[in-house]
Amino acid sequence: MLIYDLFKMALRSLIANTMRTFLTTLGMIIGVASVISMISIGEGARQQTLSTISKFGTNIITVKPGRKKTRHVSSDSVQTLLLSDADAIEEHVSLVTGVAAQVYRPAQLKFGNKNTNTTVRGTGRDYAKLANFVLDRGRYFTKEEIISARRVAVIGATVVKNLFIDKNPIGQELKVDGNNYLVIGVMVAKGALSWYDPDDQIFIPVTTAQKRLFGMNHVQSIDVQAGKIEDMEVIKKDIDKLLRSRHEIREGSDSDYHVQNSSQWLNSWGDAAKTFTYLLGGIAGISLLVGGIGIMNIMLVSITERTREIGIRIAIGAKKSEIMEQFLIESVLISFIGGGAGIILGILISRTVSKIGGWETIVSMQSILLAFGFSVAVGVFFGFYPARKAANLNPIDALRYE
Amino acid sequence: MIEVKELSKTYQLGKVDVHAMIDVSFRIDAGEFVAVMGPSGSGKSTLMNLLGCLDLPSSGSYLLENLDIRTLSPNQQADVRNKRIGFVFQNFNLLPRASALENVELPLLYGRVSNSHTIAREALERVGLAERAKHRPNELSGGERQRVAIARAIVNNPAIVLADEPTGNLDTRTGIEIIKIFSRLNAEGTTIILVTHERDVASRARRIIQMKDGRIHQDILTEGIVT
Repeated sequence: MLIYDLFKMALRSLIANTMRTFLTTLGMIIGVASVISMISIGEGARQQTLSTISKFGTNIITVKPGRKKTRHVSSDSVQTLLLSDADAIEEHVSLVTGVAAQVYRPAQLKFGNKNTNTTVRGTGRDYAKLANFVLDRGRYFTKEEIISARRVAVIGATVVKNLFIDKNPIGQELKVDGNNYLVIGVMVAKGALSWYDPDDQIFIPVTTAQKRLFGMNHVQSIDVQAGKIEDMEVIKKDIDKLLRSRHEIREGSDSDYHVQNSSQWLNSWGDAAKTFTYLLGGIAGISLLVGGIGIMNIMLVSITERTREIGIRIAIGAKKSEIMEQFLIESVLISFIGGGAGIILGILISRTVSKIGGWETIVSMQSILLAFGFSVAVGVFFGFYPARKAANLNPIDALRYE
Repeated sequence: MIEVKELSKTYQLGKVDVHAMIDVSFRIDAGEFVAVMGPSGSGKSTLMNLLGCLDLPSSGSYLLENLDIRTLSPNQQADVRNKRIGFVFQNFNLLPRASALENVELPLLYGRVSNSHTIAREALERVGLAERAKHRPNELSGGERQRVAIARAIVNNPAIVLADEPTGNLDTRTGIEIIKIFSRLNAEGTTIILVTHERDVASRARRIIQMKDGRIHQDILTEGIVT
């Protein structure tokens, strides 16, 4: 029997039981569609997270105050890092292309009759470069302004939107906790994450922030930029050596700061998001499996109903393999059609989700192939047992079956 | 053509052995028209199943056109059923969703015969049903269905046609028509083995094999009335 005739026969028997075929196919459609849409949602979340995070720079080493044991615990109260540490790193550690010491705190801003609460970040010359901020208008503060702790500010796009609306902020006087600051520059918007808006902050010289605003001598973090990602490990070691000697920490005892690598952070975020995607896809995959069981179920019913037909076919010369192929083609056809329709439905679902929910979703070719391949594999796997059962029927009994 | 020697078939029903056929031997030559008769349980069906390659004997030998059936692989047996044997059943056994023509065509498809459409149509013409080719079995009368089944049995020009009570589900008049078709096919050279328990059907055959308790009770030649 030619494969064409087998296909024709399989199609005919599927069409003969329209409702049954539709319901069985629906199981596969839902399975494939949910795998594709779930993966697209997970993948979208991952890409969005990564792209936003990578805007902060991937070649940054961050030094934060605190003991190793208190890692991940708020270290605002620890005062072990000083501005002079940042200067020392810039001076003594080679391969470093930028250093930015930072202090930051929320503060109230006022312009005219408008108020807003935002983060005030006191930092140095290199910060914009390190954090991938680009000036939209105006200028950044100069070395002289840092040394003399002048009240000047570069402001983020969200702050512009909240306080100045249509007005040009450059040259305006802004009140930060009651003191006037001259706006000298505006940053280009980086775009917000749901939990963090990098544009909702203003930047002032670190010295101004320390002496005039916050009243502190220490710094809260020092960002160090590596020229090349490959150099990051070496730089980390050098920083560690330098700070240990500066802080007079003896060999073997814990340091009073820790050094973090931003690309590690990025990777662990990416991994977490990937796990999330796999989890979503895996849960959706279960529905695909259930769809497969539906196929097996319906094929077993169909074979019992068609016992006599199978007997006839064997009597007129069908080989076992041909009987098997006939039923296997039926189940694969169901999973094929279900897979195809499921892809379309999956894409529609993920588009709808991104439109209505406002999430980014990414339907990758990989996820389509994965879901489709899996559905066809499910068709073969769950069709195999019923098909073999059909092929092994005893023709004499089958012909007598009522 | 057919040579059967000491053919026996024993079934196991639970722990009991049932001897459905014991030491049956006979020879059927090409062109014969044989009726197999006997009460139910006499081994007729077992004999037909064995001759039709649907079952293998427990012992003894079966030569079909000098081919020892017992030495064949399952696929070769399927091939024998496809090309050398034609089946006609009491309850027609047509595929309900396929048209008459498609039913007749089916053995050709399994035999990978090219030009199957034309050949199937010719076979339908031989049983006088060419104009009903597109009809499905449920749109045909009992007699017409059986004629489709006969066309399907002869479409591959088999060595023998095995008919198991082909008139059993038909009224007398239609039954006679069907038997006439068998007679005509036999006159054209087809070997026919027909199981029946109707005397007047058997009387159309030229030879009657009487079975009883799994053995051949009588093997006689008749006049063979051909009308």
